[in-house]
Amino acid sequence: MNAKRKQKLYIILALVGLAAVAVGLALFALRSNINLFFSPIQIAEGKAPIERQIRAGGMVREGSVERDLDSLDVSFTVTDYIEDVEVRYSGILPDLFREGQGVVVVGSLQPEGWIRADQVLARHDENYMPPEVAEALEASGYSPADYKEKAEEVSKRVEDNAASTQN
Amino acid sequence: MFTKMIPELGHFALIIALLMSAIQAVVPLAGAATRRPLWMAYARPMAVGQFAFLVVAYGCLTFSYMVDDFSVANVANNSNSMLPWYYKFSAVWGNHEGSVLLWSLMLAAWTFAVSVFSRNLPRDVLARVLGVMGLVSLGFLAFVLITSNPFERLLPNAPTDGADLNPLLQDFGLIIHPPMLYMGYVGFSVVFAFAIAALLGGRLDAAWARWARPWTNIAWSFLTVGIALGSWWAYYELGWGGWWFWDPVENASLLPWLAGTALIHSLAVTEKRGSFKSWTVLLAISTFSLSLLGTFLVRSGVLTSVHAFANDPSRGLFILALLGLTVGASLLLFALRAPRVSHQIGFSWLSRDALLLINNIVLVIITVTVLLGTVYPLLLDALNLGKISVGPPYFNALFVPLTVILCLFMGIGPLARWKRSDLGWLIRRTWLSGVVALVLAAVIPFIYDGEWNLQVSLGLAIALWIVLPMLRDLFDKSRHRHGRMAGLRRLSPAYWGMVLGHLGVAVSIIGVAVVSNYAIERNVRMAVGDSVQVAGYTFTMTELGSRRGPNFVADTARIKVQKGESQSHFVMSPEKRLYIARGMPMTDVALRPGLFRDLYLAMGEDLGDGSWAMRVQYKPFIRWLWLGALLMALGGVLAVADRRYRRTATATKVTGHSAGQGEQGAGANFQEART
Repeated sequence: MNAKRKQKLYIILALVGLAAVAVGLALFALRSNINLFFSPIQIAEGKAPIERQIRAGGMVREGSVERDLDSLDVSFTVTDYIEDVEVRYSGILPDLFREGQGVVVVGSLQPEGWIRADQVLARHDENYMPPEVAEALEASGYSPADYKEKAEEVSKRVEDNAASTQN
Repeated sequence: MFTKMIPELGHFALIIALLMSAIQAVVPLAGAATRRPLWMAYARPMAVGQFAFLVVAYGCLTFSYMVDDFSVANVANNSNSMLPWYYKFSAVWGNHEGSVLLWSLMLAAWTFAVSVFSRNLPRDVLARVLGVMGLVSLGFLAFVLITSNPFERLLPNAPTDGADLNPLLQDFGLIIHPPMLYMGYVGFSVVFAFAIAALLGGRLDAAWARWARPWTNIAWSFLTVGIALGSWWAYYELGWGGWWFWDPVENASLLPWLAGTALIHSLAVTEKRGSFKSWTVLLAISTFSLSLLGTFLVRSGVLTSVHAFANDPSRGLFILALLGLTVGASLLLFALRAPRVSHQIGFSWLSRDALLLINNIVLVIITVTVLLGTVYPLLLDALNLGKISVGPPYFNALFVPLTVILCLFMGIGPLARWKRSDLGWLIRRTWLSGVVALVLAAVIPFIYDGEWNLQVSLGLAIALWIVLPMLRDLFDKSRHRHGRMAGLRRLSPAYWGMVLGHLGVAVSIIGVAVVSNYAIERNVRMAVGDSVQVAGYTFTMTELGSRRGPNFVADTARIKVQKGESQSHFVMSPEKRLYIARGMPMTDVALRPGLFRDLYLAMGEDLGDGSWAMRVQYKPFIRWLWLGALLMALGGVLAVADRRYRRTATATKVTGHSAGQGEQGAGANFQEART
């Protein structure tokens, strides 16, 4: 082997070695940072791990949002209209968070069965339904038309209420 | 009456542009293959014509927006008569159809620029380059016309008013962010075309690299600015105060940037030393492929975000096919022809060549890890293996250490000589910088904050490690018998470009390190009269009110801000807006920007009893993040101003065996910078 060939060989060996290390690290980091999605039914069935970061989603049950009067603590119920799960969160809910509409929360399931949310994600615009939520609802027997109707009903009621309180 | 025809005219111009791109793709490439000058000569007029007709098409669409022609479906869905004129103008690219048209227009503009500025290219090279760009353009124009025609009409039942532009996009950031980003994405098509042309022609030498470099630098600079603008936009528009979320859409723009950064460095080696040739070609192909992948991810609707307008599966399929075809065909060509253009040139393990090789390896590894985290969830979903998401911790865990490794080598890279460097000489030139960097990095957090912080120290250490050896180098190189100024003036623009670019990286790193560790974020409940203290500032809510804007109503707050005990104060006024046409709420942040700190106030939600949830944030050094990106971009542009890129006439005579040429060129340039 001449010197150039040797150098090429070393470069390739180094590349392979580095790539292996990188992929190994990446997979390791992936393993501990993957957030699986669970629907309320799956959580009720005990399929979701306790005290590990997960994503959960469904519709925000109408009338379930409760605010603490002194702090920014808030709790609400996420439902797929078969099972419910309570979510507690401290902070500011996103602009588009509304009762009767789809939501995804990132947080950990507590042994008592409620979720401590670190993050609450709502839709980006009025047409957007998180795909995981849409699927979970379909699995529990709700077609998109059902919840769309429901969502419209609720937002109409909310707006009417707001209008009547203002007058 | 005439104005009613405008959308049809635009549609017609688009079809003509498509036909011209087809001719531009086929005839010059065939001509180059069969050595027919007449056929090759088709390339330039077709490029010019295609650009002209796309300008007409784009102008027609803009016109329809400006005059509120709601008989055009695209206008009806994305604009509104209440929208201010500048948002009507930018709404053209605030939706799927319009943005793909903008993409095509920019591709045509780059093609046009190549045809104008590359008059000195050999005829067959120019024909091949323009031909390849014509192929890409053909694909995209077909995509526009077949799946995403922006000129579709809603006749005879045209709505009386439009559905309005998504309020998130009604913002100055949106006027400039997408065009900048697209200029970058699309700009990489030029170096891609050069790479394919080199493979087709079987000729790849130092002159080739010299032709391709300026285009790559400019595209890279645009992309850098585009990404920075996106981060800035997210910071003040989404109302959270975050500047990077590792969102798949952000990653989609970061991927071509990382590969492009590797590419501009590897092009340097190819130009100066005539080596790394097939590697450079592979990077050029990868960079443009990643740009296409970004377009696919963002435009296909596989991701749900503000950027994903399209949810029509046929569109996703079309772009995926386009992506597969481009990547597949170019890699196949690479496999067949790369051995022809590759050439082995030895170098020592301690040389600029080797350091740039390390730069490339690390950048490619970073690219691959980001790609893995971005695409893995999509792959699992596509294969029905479950819905997962990969969070920021994954990206941080890999990106940060890899960047540190990159920066360690970045400190010595600019000092090392091509081919072989002397270890003792390098150590003598850098040890002091290293010691100073470490000491300063260890001490500064104490002075700033009173206690030691590992992450800040690490960030400062690597930033200083990038800057200090470079300053030392600058000091040595500016030595001149007519004094320092004369010495500084003698340094080439290419050298200054490198200095600015690296300085930008250091500035951004300082920004990231400081803001990530010293930012203070408080979410508080506030009523009129309440005050809260954050980072030595007292925020007092003095007033809650409401107002009406052109197309929204808003709850407003006035917050009085005092620094420390001082009597002077200023007022910040955040708003919570409700955009009427879509019934969509939006947070309008109040910002007090500064070079060393930003104050950030946002209204969260109405808590019902006369109080509001407020976000109060103190963001030190956040501006440095984007300032650094601007410096990098400026460096990229400055490097293009170098004299040698204007000597293309002589460069064209360089053919065949390039190694000697490359070395000579390197030597000459080397002296230019050193003496």
